[in-house]
Amino acid sequence: MTYIAKPKLHHPSLTRNRVGFTRRDYEGKISTLCAGCGHDSISASIVQACWELDVEPHRVAKLSGIGCSSKTPDYFLGQSHGFNTVHGRMPSVLTGAYLANRDLLYLGVSGDGDSASIGIGQFVHAMRRGVDMTYIVENNGVYGLTKGQFSATADQGSRSKKGAENTDSPVDLVSLALQLGASFVARSFSGDKAQLVPLIKAAMKHRGAAFIDVISPCVAFNNHGGSTKSYDYVREHNDAVNRLDIIEGRAAIEVIQPDEGVIDVEQHDGSVIRLRKLEADYDPRDRLRAMNFIAHHAAKGEVVTGLLFVDPESRDFHSHLTTVQMPLNQLETAALCPGAEVLEKLNASFR
Amino acid sequence: MQSTDIGAPNYFHKVVDCQWACPAHTPVPEYIRLIAAERYADAYMVNWKSNVFPGILGRTCDRPCEPACRRGRVEESAGHAPEPVAICRLKRVAADYKGDISSLMPPLDVPPNGKRIACVGAGPASLTVARDLAPLGYEITIFDAEAKAGGFIRSQIPRFRLPESVIDEEVAYATRGHVHFIAGQRIDSLGALIDQGFDAVFIGCGAPRGRDLLLPGRAEAKANIHLGIDWLASVSFGHIAEIGRRVIVLGGGNTAMDCCRSARRLGGLEVTVAVRSGFEEMKASPWEKEDAIHEGIPIRNFLVPLEFLHDQGRLIGMRFQPVKPELDARGQRQLVPTGEGDVVIDCDDVLIAVGQENAFPWIERDLGLEFDRWGLPVLDAATHQSTLPNVFFGGDAAFGPKNIIWAVAHGHEAAISIDRFVRGESLLPRPAPGVTLVSQKMGIHEWSYDNDINNAARNKVPWAPSEITLNNIKTEVELGFDPKLAFKEAQRCLNCDVQTVFTLNKCIECDACVDICPMDCITFTVNGDESDLRARLMAPAKNLTQDLYVADGLKTGRSMIKDEDLCLHCGLCAERCPTGAWDMQKFLLEMTHAA
Repeated sequence: MTYIAKPKLHHPSLTRNRVGFTRRDYEGKISTLCAGCGHDSISASIVQACWELDVEPHRVAKLSGIGCSSKTPDYFLGQSHGFNTVHGRMPSVLTGAYLANRDLLYLGVSGDGDSASIGIGQFVHAMRRGVDMTYIVENNGVYGLTKGQFSATADQGSRSKKGAENTDSPVDLVSLALQLGASFVARSFSGDKAQLVPLIKAAMKHRGAAFIDVISPCVAFNNHGGSTKSYDYVREHNDAVNRLDIIEGRAAIEVIQPDEGVIDVEQHDGSVIRLRKLEADYDPRDRLRAMNFIAHHAAKGEVVTGLLFVDPESRDFHSHLTTVQMPLNQLETAALCPGAEVLEKLNASFR
Repeated sequence: MQSTDIGAPNYFHKVVDCQWACPAHTPVPEYIRLIAAERYADAYMVNWKSNVFPGILGRTCDRPCEPACRRGRVEESAGHAPEPVAICRLKRVAADYKGDISSLMPPLDVPPNGKRIACVGAGPASLTVARDLAPLGYEITIFDAEAKAGGFIRSQIPRFRLPESVIDEEVAYATRGHVHFIAGQRIDSLGALIDQGFDAVFIGCGAPRGRDLLLPGRAEAKANIHLGIDWLASVSFGHIAEIGRRVIVLGGGNTAMDCCRSARRLGGLEVTVAVRSGFEEMKASPWEKEDAIHEGIPIRNFLVPLEFLHDQGRLIGMRFQPVKPELDARGQRQLVPTGEGDVVIDCDDVLIAVGQENAFPWIERDLGLEFDRWGLPVLDAATHQSTLPNVFFGGDAAFGPKNIIWAVAHGHEAAISIDRFVRGESLLPRPAPGVTLVSQKMGIHEWSYDNDINNAARNKVPWAPSEITLNNIKTEVELGFDPKLAFKEAQRCLNCDVQTVFTLNKCIECDACVDICPMDCITFTVNGDESDLRARLMAPAKNLTQDLYVADGLKTGRSMIKDEDLCLHCGLCAERCPTGAWDMQKFLLEMTHAA
């Protein structure tokens, strides 16, 4: 770890976004992770995405569990709300916060241990309920904090730094999320910010459970020849299905013919995710074909990345429950306890 | 772009902006760190080796290093006006607190080599030649018309800026060993000097003639019209101790600033500086203008002198034409009359400080020593050798009036040439500088330099109270930094000599350096030509005077491009690098002197 704070001085060309902040204003404390950790690049991508989206920092709540990845919310968005929860319990704490205050942008940051082992039950239910959040798993396939044992996402047949082979079959969080009904599912790589930053932006704009599995090499324990989550392996086996741009505001959108290899997906706030196809017949609006495609390529040892599935008609937990528009934590006593008369009426309706 | 050759001494030298800008290439960050460590004597010796007069220059240098200082380019986001490190004033700290340095001086017990060198003039150029050559066994003879050595350092710089004790001390260090100072002897024939059998002659006689202004009334009122440099010399030597109540100083250079501030101390209550040009275009250093204004001296710009007004020979004032700048048809800036009436300023004395000229009436034109059409000797720019092979020039005598630090740089070059000439060696190529590049890594995240960036604004040098300084021309105005303030100022130095060194085959392209760099200096991208690359880096590289550091051929086919311009040398790229592909290495360049 580094002992000095990152200098406050910044490049004179740094510009301010529409809410008056420079990119540097979205940073947090200096990282205490190992030098070269992929997680730091993910933090930098979150910083970049929030700056580009003109997000007001006080409108973001960042929640995490336990682990290397779950430490990272300390290293970005230093002016936002944060909650470092119990191991694997980020989704339920986040769900509670989201129910109480639907006005915030929820960012859940977790790791492969936190989400695919101890917290897998929590992960599953956040996905199937459609909690309106961006759920980022910083996936390195090992338990870095305890010196590099295989995690549940490590590929069968991959080797540890000491040479031991992993005999267990892996949990693929992307396939799981698809199966569970997540309305936005993506995979990316910490070493490819050009892909990752737009994905994070799109996820934050998406209504419903948006899941991004980010392969993030562990430089200390899982960046060697036998690893399938090393910088070299992922670069060699990365099969990106599309590239995307986020287009804000309806006016600026030019109409593109469907045969030009571009798919526009409009979001509930009017912005558009414009996907440029890299894989000719891949349509990310088709959940079943997406699952097939991923399974097919995984069998070949390829890492499929990009926006893998997006539901243009997505809904979220609040709309399922038809809760009031006003955040629950802002409701006055009169609205929360409307009195004996209303209770009488309600009871009468069940008789 | 091709990969950068960091083995070429100039590459990293240019990154150390202050050292690159210094004519003598003094290793500035090296001595600033020594000052922070309270190793004043060592800091002094780093300076002394390079620029010979640290105490003098620490008060009077023209400081080309400071406008070049990177600190002045990176501070925009610090919440105060960007300003360079007070390099010059830190140099003075080394001189003020060095203590006894006699044991650190080069030994003098070298046997004489039997060679004799004559130096004409005892200014900084000649003294540098003497200092460089005497320890090699040369016998040096310095001739000067004045009683004490120092040249313009002694005669032109007022005592309130440079106490005589500092001159005496540093002149003595420069003239140790086989150096004879022949005082009070003006050389009036170069031929006769050469005939005395010297193995080589160095001419460092300065630019001793002040330019005059031959306007109406000049002859009639001459008793109260003085040439600035002659007047300053008379003041320095105590021949003049007073001046009239109202004084006009003509000229906008540093000599004019010394004249007006001196006049202010000798009874001039109403001193006015009148300058043809605008304030910004004045030749005086910005801080010297500030100092004059601070002492209540108005500077009036855009006034062209027309006439000395007198009443039967007694000077009563000057008449000026007001002008304004205008661009002519060719886009050249011209001063044209404003059309307003002439301006008259009343005065009792006028000091003319409108420039200096070289004068070599004592060099016979039939010796084979050629002069150009400006009256300057024809010299080899690198070796300082004249067309008479055994005669060398330096300081203001060589290429016209400059300043002390240039004179020192000339002296070093001339000394190398003289040494080689006398030994019958070729004067070219010039000796390469001594260069070392050493890792500063002490632990996983520990460096042998303080890499935490300090955000403080530039510290001001305390001044003695003006009631005292304005009444005594010998009272030094600037008190200098005390050790505490010096430490604070030293901490502002970015240590630009601790270089970011990149090893291509260790890089795994994890982006950690890109993410941590506070100034967005580092980019990994596909290569291109320079103008293309400069536009598409993490932050645009608009300062074309600063190089791009390119390492081509990474595993992904991309290149590492680093814009050197605004790098803070904080070392975070190296701290966050998992493989040691980035390392912080101290680049120490020392100019090779005569040896």
